[in-house]
Amino acid sequence: MALAAETARVLDLEGLEALVEALHARDYEVIGPRVRDGVISLAPLSSAADLPIGWSDDQRPGHYRLVERGDDARFGYAVGPDAPKRWLLPPHSEVFEAEGDGTGFTLRPAEPPSRRFAFLGVRPCELAGIAVQDRVFIRDDLRDVTYASRREDILTVAVHCGEPAGTCFCASVGTGPRAEDGFDLALTELVGEDHRFVVEVGSEQGRELLAAVPTEPAAEGDLTVAAAVTDDASRRMGRDLDTEGLREDLLGALGSSRYRDVARRCLACGNCTFVCPTCFCTGLVDRNALDGSHTARERTWNSCFTIGFSYIHGGGIRESVSSRYRQWLTHKLATWQDQFDVLGCVGCGRCITWCPVGIDITEEARAIRATAVPGGGAR
Amino acid sequence: MASARPALAVWKFASCDGCQLQVLSLEEHLLELAEVVDVAYFLEASSATADGPYDVSLVEGSITTPEDEERIAEVRAASRTLIAIGACATAGGIQALRNFADVDAFAEAVYAHPEYLSTLEDSTPISEHVEVEYELQGCPIDRMQVLEVVSALLQGRRPNIPTHSVCMECKMAGHTCVMVAHGTPCLGPVTNAGCGALCPGFPRGCYGCFGPAETTTTGSLAAWLRHEMGVSQRDLVRSLRTYNAAAAPFAEESRRHDASRA
Repeated sequence: MALAAETARVLDLEGLEALVEALHARDYEVIGPRVRDGVISLAPLSSAADLPIGWSDDQRPGHYRLVERGDDARFGYAVGPDAPKRWLLPPHSEVFEAEGDGTGFTLRPAEPPSRRFAFLGVRPCELAGIAVQDRVFIRDDLRDVTYASRREDILTVAVHCGEPAGTCFCASVGTGPRAEDGFDLALTELVGEDHRFVVEVGSEQGRELLAAVPTEPAAEGDLTVAAAVTDDASRRMGRDLDTEGLREDLLGALGSSRYRDVARRCLACGNCTFVCPTCFCTGLVDRNALDGSHTARERTWNSCFTIGFSYIHGGGIRESVSSRYRQWLTHKLATWQDQFDVLGCVGCGRCITWCPVGIDITEEARAIRATAVPGGGAR
Repeated sequence: MASARPALAVWKFASCDGCQLQVLSLEEHLLELAEVVDVAYFLEASSATADGPYDVSLVEGSITTPEDEERIAEVRAASRTLIAIGACATAGGIQALRNFADVDAFAEAVYAHPEYLSTLEDSTPISEHVEVEYELQGCPIDRMQVLEVVSALLQGRRPNIPTHSVCMECKMAGHTCVMVAHGTPCLGPVTNAGCGALCPGFPRGCYGCFGPAETTTTGSLAAWLRHEMGVSQRDLVRSLRTYNAAAAPFAEESRRHDASRA
């Protein structure tokens, strides 16, 4: 996509620092990439100095290592284990508290978060992940309070991807490496002697924020170079997923023998679902005082890889690992489209990297399709 | 002593007392607990005991002697709800290492007069001898799970005791995966949650003290540890044979890799 020349600006390293300061001045909690415990993960940033300067990553199935880049890039890495989901749909959140008064209960709904979040360095695939969860939680007929109260006031400073990982495949599912929309500001990092960021404005909020930091108009050459960064990245994706006819193929191959094969490898540990930026399943847990006078209802992440997830009267209906893997894969890549009119996978590759035994969704999807028998069914 | 409060008993079989200590470690919650239950039999806490029957029995330890076999039947008969607590009571404990060896040879090596011993061939969990309503896994158990299960019983609801992998609570806690990011062998994917992913939080590999999770594909994890992470056969067998060595998913896998018993 061509950059809009009339709105594009250029920010230098001081400008980037000023941007973080401007976000803090507007009372945002700034969440961005930081090196922590051997990964580039999302965490609160106090300044642009906290960014993973000079760091990248080596990602393969079941494998992640930090790698020194040999330059001072701020955003020269691919996504780590955490997505903005951790802030918008926290692993644990209170729903309400109930206080007993002897005859009944007084309910006190959970307080909305005290801070609003600005995501700095959020990737195109992560913006796509947020857009997918928006379809789940913020609808005309339903508004999930836990999610919406965190989501609705966020500000996003996206960074287009220049450094895809070996497990990335956003280009083939159409979510990256350049973000088309869904951001307030979007940066393309141009590393080098004249280290700078080409900035696009995506919203009125973004325009107002950008006006508060020192920028210069982007030169014609800047836009060409910026476009080349993501064009190049899209050619260096480590993986790909052919989405053409994917839904029909997978639903036509529910009896594929590949599910038995993957069940011998799958640990049913749930890692893929917890690192996935679109997986939205949660469970409710009541915690009560011993004397029953007080109860807190908590919402926690849940996973379709547990037996309890499919519990109906009499027990869990997905006892086998193959049935659980099939549920997850076909929901992501097929039935999600019926339910939410969008693919449930944004191509971030987290489930591949963070699977402890390196199971690759793109490879499994390919193998399952290969077992399909013409005219219906599967081997 | 007549009491409207449910009577609680705590029993010990072959064990180290660590799980009973976890109950005592409830400290700030002990007074609350004593208000809602009558602690009728708990020798580690008090020599004052009351006769059964008991509404709730917490049973620590595994069955290792003929006398244990008789006593657990008596405990069961005197208990409305029986909760096995800890790796010994739920999986046979560390003493179940004898299940992989010759117990008579051990006795010969250790005791001057092994003929005075009367011991069983295997160390076995409580559930192999009597019906058990709940099991709290772990070496030791998580003390808050004791509170949770008692609280649930009192309220007449199902206890919130996780049966899934350590990985799920590890990810929820926001820990970096030590296996994927550090190359540290970890049993978290096949181990039951409940510890709060304590070791990966430090950051060390999980060594499986909570025993097998509800679903385990131990063979797949073992193959990855051996061939992708370079764990030796000996270390793999030893990692599976610790506190929950006799739990089926760990025992079967360790036997598969144990060259001395191939």
